[in-house]
Amino acid sequence: MISPKKLLKRYLLRGVGSLFLVSLATTTGFGAGVTIRFTGDSSGDSGTFTKALIEEWAQKTGNKVEIISRPNDATATLAQYQQYWAAKSPDVDVYQVDVIWMGICAPHAVDMKKYVKEDEISQHFPRIIENNTVNGKLVAIPWFTDAGILYYRTDLLEKYGYKEPPKTWEELAEMAKKIQDGERKEGKKDFQGFVFQGKASESVTCNALEWVYSYGGGTIIDPDKKVTINNPNAIKALQTARSWVGSISPPGVVTYGEEEARNVWQAGNSAFMRNWPYAYATGQDPKSPIAGKFDVTVLPKGGDNGKNAACLGGWQLMVSAYSKQPDTAADLVKFMTSQESQKKRALQLSQFPTLPALYSDPEVLAKNGWFKNMLDVLKNAVARPSTVTGADYNQISTAFFQNVNKVLSGGTSAQDAVQQVEKVGKRLVR
Amino acid sequence: MAKEIDLMERQRRLAWYLIVPAVLVVFLVIGYPLIQVLVYSVLKYKLDGVTPPSFVGLGNYLFILTDSDFWHAVAITLIFSVCSVTLEAVLGLTVAMVANSNFKGRSFLRIAILIPWAIPTVVSSKIWAWMFNDIYGIVNVLLTNLHLIPQKIAFLATPITAVPVIIAVDVWKTTPFMSLLLLAGLGLIPGDLYEAASIDGATAVKKFFSITLPLVMPTLLVALIFRTLDALRVFDIFYIMVGGQGNMATMAIYNQQWLVSFLDAGIGSAASVIILIIIMIFVILYTRFSKTSFE
Repeated sequence: MISPKKLLKRYLLRGVGSLFLVSLATTTGFGAGVTIRFTGDSSGDSGTFTKALIEEWAQKTGNKVEIISRPNDATATLAQYQQYWAAKSPDVDVYQVDVIWMGICAPHAVDMKKYVKEDEISQHFPRIIENNTVNGKLVAIPWFTDAGILYYRTDLLEKYGYKEPPKTWEELAEMAKKIQDGERKEGKKDFQGFVFQGKASESVTCNALEWVYSYGGGTIIDPDKKVTINNPNAIKALQTARSWVGSISPPGVVTYGEEEARNVWQAGNSAFMRNWPYAYATGQDPKSPIAGKFDVTVLPKGGDNGKNAACLGGWQLMVSAYSKQPDTAADLVKFMTSQESQKKRALQLSQFPTLPALYSDPEVLAKNGWFKNMLDVLKNAVARPSTVTGADYNQISTAFFQNVNKVLSGGTSAQDAVQQVEKVGKRLVR
Repeated sequence: MAKEIDLMERQRRLAWYLIVPAVLVVFLVIGYPLIQVLVYSVLKYKLDGVTPPSFVGLGNYLFILTDSDFWHAVAITLIFSVCSVTLEAVLGLTVAMVANSNFKGRSFLRIAILIPWAIPTVVSSKIWAWMFNDIYGIVNVLLTNLHLIPQKIAFLATPITAVPVIIAVDVWKTTPFMSLLLLAGLGLIPGDLYEAASIDGATAVKKFFSITLPLVMPTLLVALIFRTLDALRVFDIFYIMVGGQGNMATMAIYNQQWLVSFLDAGIGSAASVIILIIIMIFVILYTRFSKTSFE
């Protein structure tokens, strides 16, 4: 007779033993049947596309992928990620991350140089790779990109005798004024010359960085951690922007985000708009009143000696340093960021690939003719000083957008504003 | 004799046993987080998951107390709280008295006045923000069409126009809550008091100041405490209607910015403690006032 105690022990041992075997089979995986957890877009067009793309990889490799939704709002997304990272959680293997989070992500990411060959890395836009590299570590692989562009009404330019879009901000102000005066005289009382994003948020950080950079005023903090914002060119840029508010731009522009600006523009109430590329597809929708009446180009230079600038945006994919299966996760990232996948995205969603080669691809151009103008824009894209400031980026950005917003609404002078931003910058980078 | 003491002692012990679970729960859900916030507030503690926290003493408090943004936030919050709570009390009492009088459709009115309170603040704030939009907003369209203003106003662009607009929206939203509380208070006043006053020949004004106001005062005070504490913690209306605009940040927005946007648990916690103290001052003032007026 075996005592009940012994019997229990035996079964327990067997149970634990078989559990151990099962866990061996699932975690080390014998090559196939691994489950990768991905967190990123899961709703809207991008979500549908992402799901299909991931499913394709899963079928090809015999692995499984679970998609964990992220909040729509970028700030809320980062807050969620930080909880995973603080707990060193192995629950997520692949993260979709914003271009401005690289400094924050760096300690929690696997160095992608281990998985992606040098010549494959160099196929991406160098500015993005530079942005995504923190202390020599390639934190994430670019997935799709974004940059600020100038939208202009081709019909109105023609009507007022202009052959091409403005080359400098000064030209833009002059053209906008003439068109605005003319249209208002014809009874369109709400017509505006130029709309942009002046709201005290990350939006105006992007806009103002473009103005400052285009006048040769730098990028707030340079990659060598020197705070550069307090300079005459930056002041000139902010003063120029201030002069638009109330003349060619509505006073309310200081409360506009992307959608507020697009609402004015897409209703046909503005001659120019600065926005992200997403407004192109919505503007060309057959139901849109301005469909076929506008085009896009690079943002103007600051004066004749200025530069073209476009604030760099976009999303990357990173492999978590806490992942238990980084090799398989990296394989998924490589698949999702490959030329083939990026081409699919460009064709289906009209979003910018991070590979310059695709901008001369006949199929891509047949679908999105305007992409060929964008190559120059993206090559010259300006990154926000997020890689150098890391987790403190939000503080410098907040100081910058609060002060720029104050300049725009007339609450402070451009000189005082850049001094305030410099003060915060110097406190943060030492 | 000895036995009696024993019984008392036993009962007292039983009482302790009975409240222990409640005390434990209170400690776990209120005491523990409070202590944790106090501890964090003296640390330099970035939530980036890399830098380990280090002790800085009162450094975080000094930083906040010398930060002009913080004092600006305090000023905005106080202006908002005083104006909105005062208006809500006056309007709330008026509405409550109307709803308390006898007329046809009274129960319908009582439900109808609650509607603004029932709409989630996020939704109603967004609706109001659209109504005050600088170009399409119905307010601007109406005012210009009636030739009351020469050109459209960007209401939400500067504090001079935006703060009054936000106060108005809060009054619209919260007056129902105030009047509902006061309606309950009015219902407790015995009707024969008014009858007696009428027989003595008191005017309506006299009746209001000698009967209604003193008797509704306890309820009014409770309602005022509720509303003031709520108003001092205001976050949602401001956040949705004017976003992160620094010259219109409230204390709660300042706090949220440090804690969530800047991931600085040290300064964020210190800000929470300072805000707690400011709110405590109001609670003490109210309780003092209610004691002196009822004793």
